[in-house]
Amino acid sequence: MRRRLACAGAAVFLLVMTFYLFLEQTLNAFQLGVMLFLMAAGLTLVFGIMNMINLAHGSFYMIGAYVSAYVGHATGSFFIGFLVALPVAALVGMAVEIIALRKLYNRDHLDQVLATFGLILFFNELTAIIWGPQAIFVPIPELFAGSVEIIPGVPYPVYRLVIILMGLAVALALRSLIVSTRTGMLIRAGASNREMVSALGVDIDRLYTIVFGLGALLAGLAGALAGPILATEIGMGENILILTFVVIIVGGIGSVRGALVGALLVGLVDTYGRAFLPTVLRSLIEEPSVADGLGASISSMSIYILMAVVLIFRPRGLFQAYG
Amino acid sequence: MDKPVVTRKALVLGLGLVLLLALPPIALAMDEGFFISLFSRILIYALAAVSLDLILGYAGMASLGHGAFLGVGAYVVGILAFHLSDGSPLPFLPGAWAGTASALIAWTAAILVSALFALVIGALSQRTSGVYFIMITLAFAQMLYFFFISLSTYGGQDGVNLEQRNTFPLLDLGDDTSFYYVCLGLLLGFVFLCKRLVNSRFGMVMRGCKQNETRMRALGFATYRYKLMCFVIAGAGAGLAGALAANQSEFVSPGLMHWTRSGEIMIMVILGGMGTLFGPILGAAALLLMEDVLASYTEHWMIILGPVLIFVVLFARRGIYGFLAGPGGRDG
Amino acid sequence: MDSPAAPLLDVQGLVKSFGALRASDGISLDVRAGEIHAVIGPNGAGKTTLINQLSGEMAPDGGQILFDGMNVTAMDVARRARMGLARSYQITSIFPEFTALENLAMAVQSGLGHHFRFWRNAKTDPARIAPAMEGLRRVELEAVAHSMAGELAHGQQRQLELAMALATGPKLLLLDEPMAGMGPEESRRMTDILLPLKGRVSILLVEHDMDVVFALADRITVLVLGKPIATDTPARIRANPDVRAAYLGESP
Repeated sequence: MRRRLACAGAAVFLLVMTFYLFLEQTLNAFQLGVMLFLMAAGLTLVFGIMNMINLAHGSFYMIGAYVSAYVGHATGSFFIGFLVALPVAALVGMAVEIIALRKLYNRDHLDQVLATFGLILFFNELTAIIWGPQAIFVPIPELFAGSVEIIPGVPYPVYRLVIILMGLAVALALRSLIVSTRTGMLIRAGASNREMVSALGVDIDRLYTIVFGLGALLAGLAGALAGPILATEIGMGENILILTFVVIIVGGIGSVRGALVGALLVGLVDTYGRAFLPTVLRSLIEEPSVADGLGASISSMSIYILMAVVLIFRPRGLFQAYG
Repeated sequence: MDKPVVTRKALVLGLGLVLLLALPPIALAMDEGFFISLFSRILIYALAAVSLDLILGYAGMASLGHGAFLGVGAYVVGILAFHLSDGSPLPFLPGAWAGTASALIAWTAAILVSALFALVIGALSQRTSGVYFIMITLAFAQMLYFFFISLSTYGGQDGVNLEQRNTFPLLDLGDDTSFYYVCLGLLLGFVFLCKRLVNSRFGMVMRGCKQNETRMRALGFATYRYKLMCFVIAGAGAGLAGALAANQSEFVSPGLMHWTRSGEIMIMVILGGMGTLFGPILGAAALLLMEDVLASYTEHWMIILGPVLIFVVLFARRGIYGFLAGPGGRDG
Repeated sequence: MDSPAAPLLDVQGLVKSFGALRASDGISLDVRAGEIHAVIGPNGAGKTTLINQLSGEMAPDGGQILFDGMNVTAMDVARRARMGLARSYQITSIFPEFTALENLAMAVQSGLGHHFRFWRNAKTDPARIAPAMEGLRRVELEAVAHSMAGELAHGQQRQLELAMALATGPKLLLLDEPMAGMGPEESRRMTDILLPLKGRVSILLVEHDMDVVFALADRITVLVLGKPIATDTPARIRANPDVRAAYLGESP
C-alpha cells in the first residue's frame, strides 16, 4: 500500500515537472514567435502591397540591434539605445526604398532577390567597417533583470516576458492600425487591388515608403529586443530572415494574420522540437547516440519539415491576403 | 547586309575557349601557378552556374537553393573519402563498403545522390510557383545546411578534410594542371550536353513552360513532370560541380550549402547572361575574379560588390555575354 | 459502347460558386459531333467560368462533365487536352518569345509525344515543323512564320492562338471570345477562318459579336446569371421572347 502511494507520488511529481518544463518551453516558443512576427509582419506587408520580395529585411533587424547596442553602451542606458534604434531602422528602410528598391517594384522577383542580396552584402560590410567583425553582447537592462514566478515554483526571466508582451502589444497596435485608420484602409486596399488605390488619387509612392519604413521599424524593434538575449553580430539578420520566410510561407504571403499564426506555429515547432524531441527519441530508440544524433538533426530541421507539410496541403499558405 | 564569315558570337566563344585551353602553360611560364587553381574554381562554379541556368533561364524556375546540390555532391565525395581513411563501413548501406577514393565511382555517386535529392526537393517545391518557389527552395537548402551541421560524425560545422584528391585513371588529380583540364573537359562536356538538351523536344517543353505554363497545359503537356525532370538534371550537374569543388579544396563543409552560396551562383547566372549557356561561365569568371582582385585591395570587398550587383540588376539586364556577343547572343 | 447519337460533350448540372455569387447555377448542355454550339449571355453570365470548368482549369462544386463518353470532371487540364479538348483564351495566350512557327510546333509536338527526347534537335525535326507550317498556312500566317509571336499584331496573335488549338487535332474546340479586341476587318478574317471548320470540328463558342454567332452557330444556348434559359437554333433563339427580354432586348 505504502509502496503504491510512493509510486503514485513519484508519478505526480514527474507529471508536475513535465508540466513545468512544458510551460517554460511554451513561453520560450511564444518569445521566439513574437520576434518572428515582428519580422514577418513587415516582410509580408511589403510583399502583399508592393509585390516585392526583400531579402534585405534582415539588415534592418541587424541595424536595430547594432544601433541599440552602440547607443545603449555609449549612454549607459538600454532604453535610450532602444528608442534611438527604432527611428534609425525606419529611416534607413525609407532611404533604401527611395534610393534603390522603388525601381524594382515592377521587375520580376528574380531581380528583386538579386538587388536586395546586393544590399545585404553592402550592409553587412558596412556594419563590419563601423563596428568591427566581433560580436557584441548586450546586458539585460536592470529593470527587467532576474526572474519572476509565473506560477509558484516556475521562475521565468522577466526580460523574455517583456518581449512576449511587447510583441503582443505590437500585434494589437498593428491590427488597429490596419483595421481602423485611413493608412490601414489603404494598406488593405493596396494588398488586394493596387490599381484601385492609385485610382483613388492617393500618393502611392508615399504610401509605399511609409509601409516600407513601418516594416523596417518593426524589424529594427525585433533586433533591438534581441540584443540582450542573442549575440549582436554580422549575419544575424540573415539567420532570422530565413526563419521569417518560413513563417510567411506557412502563414500565406501578404496576410498579417497569417504572419502571426505562422510565427507562433514556427516558434512552437522549433522550441518543442529542440526541447522534447531528443527525450522522445531516446525512449523510442535503443542506442542513445543514434537517438541524440537523430534528435539533433530532426529538431534543427523541424520548421522546414513543417513548411513542407503545409505546402503539400496548402500550396499558398494557411491564410490568403485580405479577401 | 552580308552575314560575316565569323560572327561576333563565334569570335567571343572561340577566343574564350583558346584562353581556357592555353591558361595552364601560360600561368606556369609566368610562374603564377596560383592562377591554375583560381581558374579551376572558376570552371567548377561555372558548371554549377550553367546547371542553375537550365532551370532559371530555360525553364523559368527561380531556385535560391541550388547550393544544396553543390553541397550534397561534395559531401558524397567527402563521406566516401572519410570512410576510406577511417576504415569504418558506410551507414545505411548494405554490406560493409568502406568508401572509395576513385573519382569515377565517387563522382558518379555524387551525381546520382544529388539527383535524388533534387527529385525529392523538386517534387515538393514544384507544388508552388513564383515567390513561393524562391523561398521554398531557399528553405530546403537551409534544411540540408542544418542537417549537415548536426552530423557530428562528419565534422558538423567544421566539415570533413580529404587526405588527398580522388584517383583518376591515367591522371594524377593531385597535379593542379591535370585537375584543371579534367574540370575544363567536364564543363565543356556538360555545356555540350545542355546545348543538345535545350534544343531538343524536351528543351522546347522547358522553354514553353517558362514563357506560358498555362498554355502548355492547355496544349496537353503535363508540365509538372518535365519541370521536375529539368530540376533533377540541374541538381545532378550541381552535384558534379560539388564533387569537383570537394577535390579542388580537399575540404567539404556545410558552408557549401549556405544560402549565400546559392545566391552567389544565381548572381553568376544573371551577371553573365541568363538563358544562355555561355553566359553563366562568364558570370562565374567575372564574380570570382572580381572577388580575387577586390579582396587584394580591401577585406571589405563586398561593400563594392553589393552596389555593383544592384547596378547590374537595374541597368545591365543582358549580362556580360549579351554585351560581348551582341544581339545574336541568345542560344537557339 | 455508347450509341452513335451520344453527344461529344455532355454537361450535367454544373454548379460553381464564388462566395455568394453562383457563376454556374446548374448548367446542363451538350455539344454534338461536328456542331458549332454558341453560348451567349450578358457580361457576368458565367461564360468564361463555364469554359474554365470544361477545360479543367477550375473544379466545379457540383455536376459532371462527360467528354467523348468519359467522365472527365476530375481530370486535369493536360489530360483533357490530350483527350482532344483544346481551347483558346479570352486574353491571348501564346509563347511570345518563340517564333510563330515554333508556337505551332509546340502544339504539334503535344500530339507527337516523346517529350523526354533529350538529344535530337527539335527545331529542324520535320515531324514537328512540317505540320506546324501547314497549320500556319491554314490561318494565313505563313508569311510571318519566323517572326517572334510577341511582336505580331493583335489580330495575328489571335489567329495564331486558334491555329495552335487546331494543330493539336482536337475533337472539341472551346473558343473563349475569339474576336475579343478585334477590329471589324480582323473579325471578318477570323470568321472566314472559322467557317470552313463547320461540320469538321466540333466547337463550343463563347462570343459577344452577335453577327459572328449567328453566322457560325448551329445551336445557341443563352446563359443568364449562371443559368441556361434557352437552347435552340439561331432562328428560334432570335424569336424566343424570353431571350429577347433577358438578353437580346438589352443590346442595341
